[in-house]
Amino acid sequence: MFKKILIANRGEIALRVIRTCKEMGIKTVAVYSTADKESLHVRFADEAVCIGPAPSALSYLQIPNIIAAAEITNADAIHPGYGFLSENAKFSKVCQEHNIKFIGATPEQIDGMGDKANAKATMIKAGVPCIPGSKGLLKDLDEAYKIAEKIKYPVILKATAGGGGKGMRLAWKKEELPNAWDQAKQESKAAFSNDGLYMEKYIEEPRHIEIQIAGDQFGDVCHLSERDCSIQRRHQKLVEETPSPFMTKKLRKEMGAAAIKAAKAVKYEGVGTVEFLVDKNRDFYFMEMNTRIQVEHTITEEVINFDLIKEQIKLAAGHKISGKNYEPIMHAIQCRINAEDPYNNFRPSPGKITEYHEPGGHGIRIDTHVYAGYTIPSHYDSMIAKLITVAQTREEAILKMRRALDEYIIEGVKSTIPFHQKLMLDDKFNEGDFTTAFMDTFKF
Amino acid sequence: MNQKEIQELIRFVSKSGVTEVEIEEKDFKITIKSEPKRRKGDNDDNVVYIQQQPMQAMPQQQIAAPAAPAAPAAAPAPAAAPVEDESSKYITVKSPMIGTFYRSSSPDKPAFIEVGNNVKVGDTVCIIEAMKLFNEIEAEIQGKIIKVLVDDATPVEYDQPLFLVDPS
Repeated sequence: MFKKILIANRGEIALRVIRTCKEMGIKTVAVYSTADKESLHVRFADEAVCIGPAPSALSYLQIPNIIAAAEITNADAIHPGYGFLSENAKFSKVCQEHNIKFIGATPEQIDGMGDKANAKATMIKAGVPCIPGSKGLLKDLDEAYKIAEKIKYPVILKATAGGGGKGMRLAWKKEELPNAWDQAKQESKAAFSNDGLYMEKYIEEPRHIEIQIAGDQFGDVCHLSERDCSIQRRHQKLVEETPSPFMTKKLRKEMGAAAIKAAKAVKYEGVGTVEFLVDKNRDFYFMEMNTRIQVEHTITEEVINFDLIKEQIKLAAGHKISGKNYEPIMHAIQCRINAEDPYNNFRPSPGKITEYHEPGGHGIRIDTHVYAGYTIPSHYDSMIAKLITVAQTREEAILKMRRALDEYIIEGVKSTIPFHQKLMLDDKFNEGDFTTAFMDTFKF
Repeated sequence: MNQKEIQELIRFVSKSGVTEVEIEEKDFKITIKSEPKRRKGDNDDNVVYIQQQPMQAMPQQQIAAPAAPAAPAAAPAPAAAPVEDESSKYITVKSPMIGTFYRSSSPDKPAFIEVGNNVKVGDTVCIIEAMKLFNEIEAEIQGKIIKVLVDDATPVEYDQPLFLVDPS
């Protein structure tokens, strides 16, 4: 087992990893930018190294700085968290070259799954159902026309190097295709320095249901059931829950098997997530695979009673998975509380938190790095906390969430608590009747 | 006023030691401000400090006419970040990188600098080693070494104070 892990991240996930390391008796090294000097993860770690100035590009994304920090502290493994370098194939490789275990995917797995067009080709070969579309990158607009005719409009053009919802454009009919082509190309080039596009049939009003998987170094993979992340605004998840209100035993079995097939196709090691789109007929299609721990790993942990970070570390250290699949025995919902003003188009609201009081009681979990007096820097994401409720039924989980949101006090910065309060009272949400189109019509 | 005239005016203001000049004519108004000179005066033109703005005369212009010319002799931003220590007038030289700090190029060689030495811009003050690469760190300011803040062969992090320097 590792003796010392360096956490190459910040905020709540850095704290999350540090906590599990402490429980496992593993020493921890926190890295921080000058803007994060007062951050909680710095204080909770055994050692801390300042790795650069505030901008991420000069600190949290600076591979040499992170490796140098691992060197001077003699860390034998690096946990990259999510975002930042967690799905950076080069970083995974550099760790290998420096004999530091990267607690995540191999460079080949990251490349294989990070390149969306590539990933799709791999999945088709493995027999995982995929959204009808182009076989890899589109050569030119002519090919785009041909494929769109075959799979029928509406179609969506997507950036192969994409993420975060950028470089995507819809075309509802043939006349809209040239415009969509130009715009998607331009945006991809600007965001990812790569204007390669592929095409897919646009599934109208799908549900975003993802399957958590875990794979060991011996080729064995299991699944830990689903998470429904359909409530999204501009492709950013706001609320996640498990089990999905749309799930059936049959569908879980089929999606779980498909997710395992997907992971085995790339000999996946560690924990990861296979994302699917599910249409109204409960037909499901592979969307993408995330080769890292995710923000919403928490709700899976709560309904299965399982420490995913601990499993992740154990798998990296060469342990085997238990061999069985896991199904939820509780119901959990997570609300992402962000420092954004829901009354002003979710405008980011960094600044000093003057008052802070968390909800508590039975079935409440909060993952956060903030405290009263903490200043949320403007350089990074706007997450304040993840508020999770767990209960025996979905109705009770929602009741707990309403109660918890009412107790939650965050002053000094704007937060999305009012938005979540309204959502928890929404009829459609309470009925479990929502797709990724939900936020388009939800009025706040 | 054309570009050449503006540039000459800026040079004149900067040399003269005047702190602010404002000229208003019928069709334009120009304001040139320069930082107050340090105690030692003209020789400081070559010294660059990185703070919020360089200590060297850096004129600002607000011109009604277009095309503001580049400010003369603005030195590029160096890596190490000396910061003024308000209380004692010494400058703290901070580490620009993460690694192991060494006072000399090898264990049997003498230290690059000792307390009491004078350094000028470009002098090697220490080595910081990371990933088997030895990086010579050069002084970005001139002055006298007052204190060495880190022991030989110890790890340092970004922005960690390394030396105290008296710039006078």
